[in-house]
Amino acid sequence: MTYVKHFVLFWYDFIVGDDWIVAAGVVVALIVSAALARRDRHAWWVMLVAVVVLLAASLWRETRRSR
Amino acid sequence: MMTSMVMLVLAAFLASAVEAVEAFTLVLAVGVTRGWRSTLMGAGTATLTLAAVIAAFGPALALMPIDALRVMVGTLLLIFGLQWLRKAILRAGGYKALRDEDAYYLAERAAARAAGLTLHAGMDWYAFTLAFKGVFLEGLEVAFIVLTFGTSQGSIPLAVLGAGLALVLVMIVGVLVHEPLRQVPENTMKFAVGVMLTTFGIFWSVEGTGIEWPGADGALLGILVVLTLVSLGLVAVLRWLHARHALHTASTAGMGA
Repeated sequence: MTYVKHFVLFWYDFIVGDDWIVAAGVVVALIVSAALARRDRHAWWVMLVAVVVLLAASLWRETRRSR
Repeated sequence: MMTSMVMLVLAAFLASAVEAVEAFTLVLAVGVTRGWRSTLMGAGTATLTLAAVIAAFGPALALMPIDALRVMVGTLLLIFGLQWLRKAILRAGGYKALRDEDAYYLAERAAARAAGLTLHAGMDWYAFTLAFKGVFLEGLEVAFIVLTFGTSQGSIPLAVLGAGLALVLVMIVGVLVHEPLRQVPENTMKFAVGVMLTTFGIFWSVEGTGIEWPGADGALLGILVVLTLVSLGLVAVLRWLHARHALHTASTAGMGA
């Protein structure tokens, strides 16, 4: 059990890292993009905007923690 | 197509160079302190293991339908890339310590010297394990990038070429100078890799959902420019916040004195 737990934690840390909200936000943005893709095949901007917002918000949280 | 191929090789090259420099510092510290035979065997075994991982997973991933592959790989790459970019911006903004190869080298040498020397079958297993772990963990990020980039772009050999060139270059320079490669602009390179991983992650994950990018592959350059400008802007904001915070702390301390 400990081995499996360590294995999962290693990959979580490897891919997701310090801020799980960014990872969750990316998945939500992808779901929104996929839903929009059925009606609008030019909804490429959704992910781009989401990434900029998620990155800025994550950095803001980190600077607040560091104070 | 040409744009994405050039960016693919460049991203694999830069990511591999950064990780190779870090792995080299560790291998050098262990080798100089505890001897080269076991250290190089550990580093070599890790490199072969990583090559086996790429050889095993590459063809398996290539069997997936391209759209599903791009959504899966693009999303993983995007989350992974944002992690790199976030750390790079925090470093450049003064909120995270810059990596110092000299300090890392001295710390690793001290740790390697402090550990007792016990030989089994003529091998120093401490040196072997340390070198294996260091090279494997640093190399795992490169293997991840090579696999994700290579399969999504349909050219693992090209990604391997970029990563391999960087590895050979770092090894040659490392052997020649025989000290930590402190002149390499690691933090700038990490910033560039973070921007590139995020760019490809956005492009592939969105393309996999069926959405069309304006200008097809040419959109990669547009995303790259936007992300670079946004990231540089965020670095400037963080530097300003950091300076303001330092000034506030200094004035508070001055009033208290």
